[in-house]
Amino acid sequence: HLKDDQSTHDTSKLNLILFTLTYGALVTQLCKDYENDEEVNKQLDKMGYNIGVRLIEDFLARSSVGRCQDFRETADVIAKVAFKMYLGITPSVTNWSPAGDEFSLILESNPLVDFVELPDNHSTLVYSNLLCGVLRGALEMVQMAVDVKFAQDSLRGDNVTEIRMKFIKRIEENLPAGDE
Amino acid sequence: MAIFSVYVVNKAGGLIYQFDNYVPRAEAEKTFSYPLDLVLKIHDEKVVVSFGQRDGIRVGHALLSINGVDVNGKFTADGKEIIEYLKDSTNYPVSIRFGRARLSSNEKLMLASMFHSLFAIGSQLSPEVGSSGIEMLETDMFKLHCFQTLTGIKFIVLADPRQSGIDALLRKIYEIYSDFALKNPFYSLEMPIRCELFDQNLKGALEIAEKAGNFGPGS
Repeated sequence: HLKDDQSTHDTSKLNLILFTLTYGALVTQLCKDYENDEEVNKQLDKMGYNIGVRLIEDFLARSSVGRCQDFRETADVIAKVAFKMYLGITPSVTNWSPAGDEFSLILESNPLVDFVELPDNHSTLVYSNLLCGVLRGALEMVQMAVDVKFAQDSLRGDNVTEIRMKFIKRIEENLPAGDE
Repeated sequence: MAIFSVYVVNKAGGLIYQFDNYVPRAEAEKTFSYPLDLVLKIHDEKVVVSFGQRDGIRVGHALLSINGVDVNGKFTADGKEIIEYLKDSTNYPVSIRFGRARLSSNEKLMLASMFHSLFAIGSQLSPEVGSSGIEMLETDMFKLHCFQTLTGIKFIVLADPRQSGIDALLRKIYEIYSDFALKNPFYSLEMPIRCELFDQNLKGALEIAEKAGNFGPGS
């Protein structure tokens, strides 16, 4: 959780239930507005992206993580530092591709879906797709283009929730000087 | 005031925030009689003293106001050319205020953009690979400290050469940026920061830094 800040409210008192309910309200409203699971998934990804590009600065400002030298380090930082800081969970990093450019995050639990059951008419809805956008947006700001998607989803019947992350390329435009 | 200014530069080199913390240095207002014993010239669209020093008025000082009314570049407030005006003995005695010309916002924008380009020289000149860009620039009047985040934003602080704790201050400003600019949903990334909370908290952080306080957890 975020460390206590005198200038902002005491975050330890923030109720996770309010967060879960807020996210649920968001998804159901999107479902009403778009009436199409694919479209909702897209919107969630977009919103996640906008969150990610801002969240990364908060993450970098508060943790003392430096630039990762390779994708393995990135995976560790995401799983052990970022997920812990913002969602209080530590997914495990597994299923590395032979080229080392793809891995999976296995989430034993997911605070967003603690009380959620997907109805039959929303079988293609990726409820937590916001997270994919967040990861994509955050990594783009540190010059990494990645593809993020849910490979398994406990809400849709799988045993675990698995997020698959694939490194696409380093973003060379507007590289901060000193980072060649 | 030992911390003079703060600049925030976005990834493209554009200045998105600027704050000056210093009290204007000695400005001198004097009444003159004809003929003026200072030699004036036009420099950068301003009237400056090119020769003659007295009573706190130095070479390089700009003419700031005539008879209490601020001038507009090389013209008086009502559009007369200052140099011509001061050659006319009927306009005397006249009260003129001289002082160090403050940088205009356009000049600051240009300087920030120039610094952004220069910043890269640090890593290019380096004998070893993987050097950072310019972290500090020192003159006899001030030290410029620069911190570039992994996302390419630069936080720049100009302070007294003897002021310590600027590294901690730069990290603190990063936190304040990530809180009061980024968490404001109405603030668009890379755009000029016009958030009151950001201003307030930044000023607070500068005060703490000047008193050589520490930004401990929870400050």
